[in-house]
Amino acid sequence: MDSWIYIGIFVALSFFFPALLAVLGWFLGPRRPNPVKQDTYECGLETVGETWVQFKIQYYLFALVFLIFDVELVFLYPWAVAYHKLPLYGVIEGVIFVVMLAAALVYAWRKGALEWA
Amino acid sequence: MGILSQPVGAIAEWLRNLLLGWGLSPGLTTVLLYLIGAGVLATLVQTWVIFLIWYERKIIGRFQDRLGPNRVGPYGLLQPFADFIKIMTKEVIIPEGADKPIYILGPIVMDAGVLMLWAVIPLMPMVGMDINVAALYTIAVGAFATLGILMSGWASNNKFALVSAIRTVAQMISYEVPTVLALLVPVLLAGTMSLQGIVEAQHVWYIVAAPLAFLIYFISSVAEVGRTPFDLLEAESEIVAGFHIEYSGMVFAIFYVGDFLHAFTIGALAAVLFLGGWRGPGAEAFPLLGLLYLWIKAFAVYFLVVWARGSLPRVRIDQMMNFSWKFLTPLALVLLVLTAVLDYFVAGWGAWGQALSHLVMNLVVGWLVLRYLQAWEKARAARRPVVAQPGQYPVARPPRPAVAETSTEAAS
Repeated sequence: MDSWIYIGIFVALSFFFPALLAVLGWFLGPRRPNPVKQDTYECGLETVGETWVQFKIQYYLFALVFLIFDVELVFLYPWAVAYHKLPLYGVIEGVIFVVMLAAALVYAWRKGALEWA
Repeated sequence: MGILSQPVGAIAEWLRNLLLGWGLSPGLTTVLLYLIGAGVLATLVQTWVIFLIWYERKIIGRFQDRLGPNRVGPYGLLQPFADFIKIMTKEVIIPEGADKPIYILGPIVMDAGVLMLWAVIPLMPMVGMDINVAALYTIAVGAFATLGILMSGWASNNKFALVSAIRTVAQMISYEVPTVLALLVPVLLAGTMSLQGIVEAQHVWYIVAAPLAFLIYFISSVAEVGRTPFDLLEAESEIVAGFHIEYSGMVFAIFYVGDFLHAFTIGALAAVLFLGGWRGPGAEAFPLLGLLYLWIKAFAVYFLVVWARGSLPRVRIDQMMNFSWKFLTPLALVLLVLTAVLDYFVAGWGAWGQALSHLVMNLVVGWLVLRYLQAWEKARAARRPVVAQPGQYPVARPPRPAVAETSTEAAS
């Protein structure tokens, strides 16, 4: 439990240091805003329309595949930690789990979810 | 408990007695000690970036047949200080229509995510907080940097920045899977998720037992940091600068600092996981030597990152996604299964026997993968249209539509 207090303090400090830098920069730098300076930078062209528009669906598909993989991979960590204490049965169980993961990958691949079109 | 055998422990003990002597309660003393320790470590790591910037610029300069910074101070060592002072006095421009709180928070979250990783890296024997899920912690916290980039790209109200932010997420989630899989191999071999435990278990460095896992971990870490060849998130020729296009002054400098520190941090993590961390001759007796060893190893891996940046061109986004999902992930899955099964059968062979049998397995797998890639490349070359035969039109022409077909179509 003690070590988690340290982690907590460290996390708070990690946010504090860059925030301190940002505040320093805010106070040390000049502030002379004007409309041209604050315009959206698009290599000199006027920007057209909204920025926050609909986006390519492909990114979403990859996110779905990732979600499945990441959640299942976390289950492998306890297995790996306890590996040296496992009987042969546990080893085979783990291998079957990984094979199922691989089957999911093959399925996504065959379905074309991994094609960047 | 001498200062040489327990440098940090001795100082902590002295401070603890001092604070207890002032009449503070033991609980408060512990919290204060942690605060001091974390503050010192975070400050040192953050300041260390100044040296990293000099190191990288110097090396990149040499790769490009230049001298690199050499005017300010000896060997240009004071150049980053000069740059830092200059950038402190620059204006922070917030673009029109930006989501202000998120715009400012973006770089802070990114830098914080990188700094947080240092909480668990074992710097010397007995030093560095030893939590039992440290390996998972590095993955969980590693995603913070990406979150920061996504926040700033989204909040900038700029289309280039938005494209960059979405690309970053795609890249991070694609390369997270091979990273997690490759990280499983040292965890499996050591039988623990604590980084200190993984270092202590490496009687033989894991790069001997698992060279392929090291390669996968290295490549996907570079991709997660977004360094060349995977720097699609700031591809200057297509999306100008990507997520930090609208940033200036100190908030931009925080990105800069975070990026350099992240590259060095993955060097340190790779050194801890695969190169034995602080292990080396005499490290147990003199822990400060261990810190030196870790630093040398981290710099060796960091040098590889800079080398890749100096010599490789940027990949396309479809190539990047294919490389992760269709090459690294299946390879890592196969490797995990083989490592697990082999490790079960060579359990009683001693440290070197285990390491060498794993090495042989890795070499066989590596050789098969190379043969497969060769065959694949040959097949691809055969499919490529032949160009520039002498006396021939250089591009293969599309076949002409038959005249009869067009006429029937016109008739119907």
